[in-house]
Amino acid sequence: MNDQDTLKKVSSLIGDLLDLDELTLTRETTARDVEGWDSLAHVRIVVAAEQAFGVRFSTGEITSMKNVGDLVNLIERRSRI
Amino acid sequence: MSFDPIELSWLAPVPADFRDRLRALAIDAPKCGEELYQLANYRVDSTQAGLFNRALNRLRSGGADLAPLVPFRLNILSNATVDLIADALPVAAARHRVALSVTIAPFDQVFQQALDPDSELHRTPADAILLHLDHRWLGLTTPSPGSGDRIIGALSRLTELLDGLAGTVQTPLILQTVSTYPYPLFGSFDRCIAGSTRDVDALNKGIVSLAKERGHYILDVATLSETVGAVRFHDPVTWNLYKLPMASNVVPLFADWLGRLLGAIRGTSRKCLVLDLDNTLWGGVIGDDGLEGLRLGQGSGEGEAFLEVQRLALDLKRRGIILAICSKNEEATARSAFRDHPEMLLHERDISVFQANWLDKASNIEAIARALDIGVDALVLLDDNGAERAQIRAALPSVAVPEIGNEPAHYPAILTAAGYFEAVSFSNEDRIRAESYAANAFRAEVKAKARDLGDYLDSLEMTISHSAFDKVNRSRIAQLINKSNQFNLTSKRYSEPAVAAMESDSAKHTFQTRLSDRFGDFGLIAVMIAEARNDGSWDIDTWLMSCRVLGRKVEWSMLDALVAAAAVHDISHLTATYMPTAKNGMVSRHFDNLGFSRILAGKDGVVRYRLMLSDYAPQKLPFHRDE
Repeated sequence: MNDQDTLKKVSSLIGDLLDLDELTLTRETTARDVEGWDSLAHVRIVVAAEQAFGVRFSTGEITSMKNVGDLVNLIERRSRI
Repeated sequence: MSFDPIELSWLAPVPADFRDRLRALAIDAPKCGEELYQLANYRVDSTQAGLFNRALNRLRSGGADLAPLVPFRLNILSNATVDLIADALPVAAARHRVALSVTIAPFDQVFQQALDPDSELHRTPADAILLHLDHRWLGLTTPSPGSGDRIIGALSRLTELLDGLAGTVQTPLILQTVSTYPYPLFGSFDRCIAGSTRDVDALNKGIVSLAKERGHYILDVATLSETVGAVRFHDPVTWNLYKLPMASNVVPLFADWLGRLLGAIRGTSRKCLVLDLDNTLWGGVIGDDGLEGLRLGQGSGEGEAFLEVQRLALDLKRRGIILAICSKNEEATARSAFRDHPEMLLHERDISVFQANWLDKASNIEAIARALDIGVDALVLLDDNGAERAQIRAALPSVAVPEIGNEPAHYPAILTAAGYFEAVSFSNEDRIRAESYAANAFRAEVKAKARDLGDYLDSLEMTISHSAFDKVNRSRIAQLINKSNQFNLTSKRYSEPAVAAMESDSAKHTFQTRLSDRFGDFGLIAVMIAEARNDGSWDIDTWLMSCRVLGRKVEWSMLDALVAAAAVHDISHLTATYMPTAKNGMVSRHFDNLGFSRILAGKDGVVRYRLMLSDYAPQKLPFHRDE
């Protein structure tokens, strides 16, 4: 899976969780830019991403996540191992 | 293959059209509750659970009729973040026929919410309040070696909360037992000293007594944690970050446990276990292998596994679950195992309704429900055959049909883990129920329906192949010829050398048939031998098939193959014989059904048939042909 595929999959996952049809995210998108992406939604997104991609993130990784690109990078790095 | 309850593997995998089916649910549609129930019975992930919630909320707020789902309002009071649990609950509850709405009281304000009559908790009317409190809230984070105080403290804190709630509302409560981290302070010595990590057992006993005294329900989180493993149940990462009370991958199972408890409170638990026979209660096919050939009992691993399945059925019977049999078999043959097999734990007196015949299982299952005067939604079917399970799910979606894999040693664990028979009480009536229903293996009258099996057979994605006898398959062919008793038109037996001779005999036209479907490969399942006669005809000398593939039109495909081969040889007609035996009654009308004409019927029951090739019209068959 390349970056673009992961970004697409993450976008549709977040769209599903926030009930936003046709949500398009870029690597630079942050939680503030998206309607409904509050702290609870953030928990749902992290947990669902772990489930969907079959990965686990560490405490440090989760805390230092700043935007969608960080999440995509993490998933990519983890799936390669 | 191992069985892991965390995966909810007894549920069927989510189909590709899951999302579309949820979207298509219209508020004024009849039976939308039925469709929700069906969709809830797939192995959904957290995202799909969220989609389900939205559809349920949309239908509920639009005033849709959600029957057969029974409404239930649950309020949750917790010291942890339970939102992710709340997300997973409605789909899990719908699986147990409850239409659930959930309200969460604000995080970590347990006493404030409980004691204030105007709190969020009390402003929302509820049918039950779940007290989702963990070891931390009860003050069990630190051991106090040598002192029993912390358990006394924990129980008095809980009692104080219950008293406070009782002063405010009459709503029934659901109390949870508690799981702690399994890491001991001393080691095994923790068991020997008060105030250690292991005193959680004493706490749980206290919680259960409190619930009993006050008439509250118990959700046994301690056992759930034990089932999945406490190391997996607790997740320090998501607790530290988000205050999630359990690992996120345990949530679906936790939600199902709560869902089945709510179902039990509302009376939707299952009442009757319907058991298949061959390869479910014993190893082997009794019609082909005979009583002596069954694998059952001590001395073989497989035999012991099936014994355990029977033991579980008996245990369930003793707690009031009705047992029934539903099997494609000759009735006398099937019953002979219950009467004469020395290793059988189950006897006819344990079985309330005993259906062994060749009609379709859905009709038999309806007959069982009718005979017991319960709904088909009170039934669970345990059946090793994936195709039968798929057929029952399609024809009677309200019957619970667990996926059970192919390891009989896991069948008892899977059936138990699925939680179909959840109860909130156990009475004398329960103890004697199975007896009062028992009509000593009563045979119910089947009103067989003309079910449209066309779609069902197509859905099996069957691949069939016919080829001449060959060396590779010689011994399997000889084995089938010598052991098939039921679907066998002439019951002629040929030794392996005789079979070998046919391979090069130009007067013999031989067919071996293989079948597979999306559930697996059946291998070589049928054999036919036709013999060229001087009058330009072929005579069907031998035709037999394994009963595992009955009702799939395999015989039609074989006839197709035979007719096609005969046409190549300019044959004008086929002849055939049915020779009755004690065991092959099921094929007495085989050639009639295939369109052959009777030309001679002897006193001994032997019937001769003919089929003119010019009269033969091939049918549309549900197979991919593999040449």
